[in-house]
Amino acid sequence: MFSFGDIMAEALGLILTWDRDLSEIVLLSLRVTLTAVAISCLIGLPLGAVVGAFRFRGRGTVTVLLNALMGLPPVVVGLFVYLMLSNAGPLGILGLLYTPTAMIIAQTILVTPIVAALTKQVVEDLHGEYAEQFASFGLTARARVAALLWDARYSLLTVALAGFGRAVAEVGAVLIVGGNINHVTRVMTTTIALETSKGNLELALALGVLLLGLAVIVNAAVMALRASAVRAAYA
Amino acid sequence: MRDTVMDIRAESAVAAQPLLEARGVGFSAGGQPLIHGIDLGIEPGRRTLVMGANGSGKSLLLRLLHGLLTPSSGQVLWRGHAPDRGARRAQAMVFQRPVMLRRSVLANLNFALKVHGMAGRARAARVQEALDMARLSDLASHPARVLSGGEQQRLAVARALMCEPDLLFLDEPTSSLDPASTQMIEDLVNAAHARGVTIVMVTHDLGQARRMGDEVIFLHAGRVAERGPLHQVLGAPRSEAARAWTQGRLYTGTPH
Ligand SMILES: Nc1ncnc2c1ncn2[C@@H]1O[C@H](COP(=O)(O)OP(=O)(O)OP(=O)(O)O)[C@@H](O)[C@H]1O
Ligand SMILES: [Mg+2]
Repeated sequence: MFSFGDIMAEALGLILTWDRDLSEIVLLSLRVTLTAVAISCLIGLPLGAVVGAFRFRGRGTVTVLLNALMGLPPVVVGLFVYLMLSNAGPLGILGLLYTPTAMIIAQTILVTPIVAALTKQVVEDLHGEYAEQFASFGLTARARVAALLWDARYSLLTVALAGFGRAVAEVGAVLIVGGNINHVTRVMTTTIALETSKGNLELALALGVLLLGLAVIVNAAVMALRASAVRAAYA
Repeated sequence: MRDTVMDIRAESAVAAQPLLEARGVGFSAGGQPLIHGIDLGIEPGRRTLVMGANGSGKSLLLRLLHGLLTPSSGQVLWRGHAPDRGARRAQAMVFQRPVMLRRSVLANLNFALKVHGMAGRARAARVQEALDMARLSDLASHPARVLSGGEQQRLAVARALMCEPDLLFLDEPTSSLDPASTQMIEDLVNAAHARGVTIVMVTHDLGQARRMGDEVIFLHAGRVAERGPLHQVLGAPRSEAARAWTQGRLYTGTPH
């Protein structure tokens, strides 16, 4: 029998010794997730802003689609990317399956709709307030999108955070397309899943604690930034 | 003396092409007609006041003339043509509720010049001028949205004027201002008028109307009830709507 206290103590010991394996896993997690979130923002922010700020035919359909895609099950995305990248798939020739790149692709697909849909909501609200003044200024479409994104920047930080939270905690998609290969595609969540099933609870718990800590730190940082923005009346 | 000046102006205005013209402009929202077949011309260099009771359609008319709303019927012409982006840039509007970007006072002014295509260097000097003009220099680095209502209105007027429009719309620009700020805004607008800017302004203030108006368009229930020189519409109104208004009575009848 094991006691929770013993395992926790060992887990904390692992974190304090901070060996090479542990740091490798944590760094890969961060690299994959941050890259995926960055790409998602690059696509999702302008996309969401355009849908939020302009009336055009098919706008309703795009909105429904984005909202539906927000809830994509990670394993289904994993399966889809797997089929694309496997040897028999259309992109098999790239040889990306079981690489960090494959994991980044899967997470980008998961996170982009979240960023786009939330951005649309934020920008739509702000635009409701600005629309007449912008029309009076005779703003071009591009300037309008840029100004809206800039003025909504603090709210959009929370949007990016939501994407980060979804990606960093996700296990289904990265497990399928990454394969959880030691020293190659092992990230925090897949390691937790594997080590738990092997009964290696210390390492699993150590990573769990780190994952939690990461979430808390990122959230706190964003909240502090937002609070200072609200104090300055820019949010 | 004053009348002579006005008469000469009125005569020359007959020949001049209106800067802005509404031809049979109507507007409905949600199947409900709100503005009915309005015909009018705004002559260059004049100060036209739009007056009428709450809900008579003053703000709607300004939005239609400025091109923020598309008429359901009829059309608005700028210098005799359908308005284009150039027309929009030759006009500016100060809204009944000022819209401030989530930026500093300075950045709000800078933004307006930037979208007008003014280069960075020229902007700094012009922004400083506008700050001085609105006496907001001390607040330049403050977020615009923490300014008081009156300060925001002064900022909105300065922001509109700094782009040197040919035509300036003002929708009750002094409704929440103290007497000193009201005076400041009136001076700013009159100075702009002296430089040749055409003014179209909504006001409920009789004293202000006398100080600021050449001509009055009096609205009632989405129609022009009466239009003419200020001293006539306010001094000897011919329409029942304008007469009731000047006497402080509520008028609910249909015009004509
Ligand atoms: N988008 C809209 N949909 C429906 N009704 C509207 C809309 N905009 C304005 N109205 C109505 O049209 C009428 C005229 O509105 P408008 O804002 O032009 O009044 P106003 O003369 O400016 O009044 P105030 O002196 O109170 O500012 C009002 O009865 C208003 O409720
Ligand atoms: Mg109004």
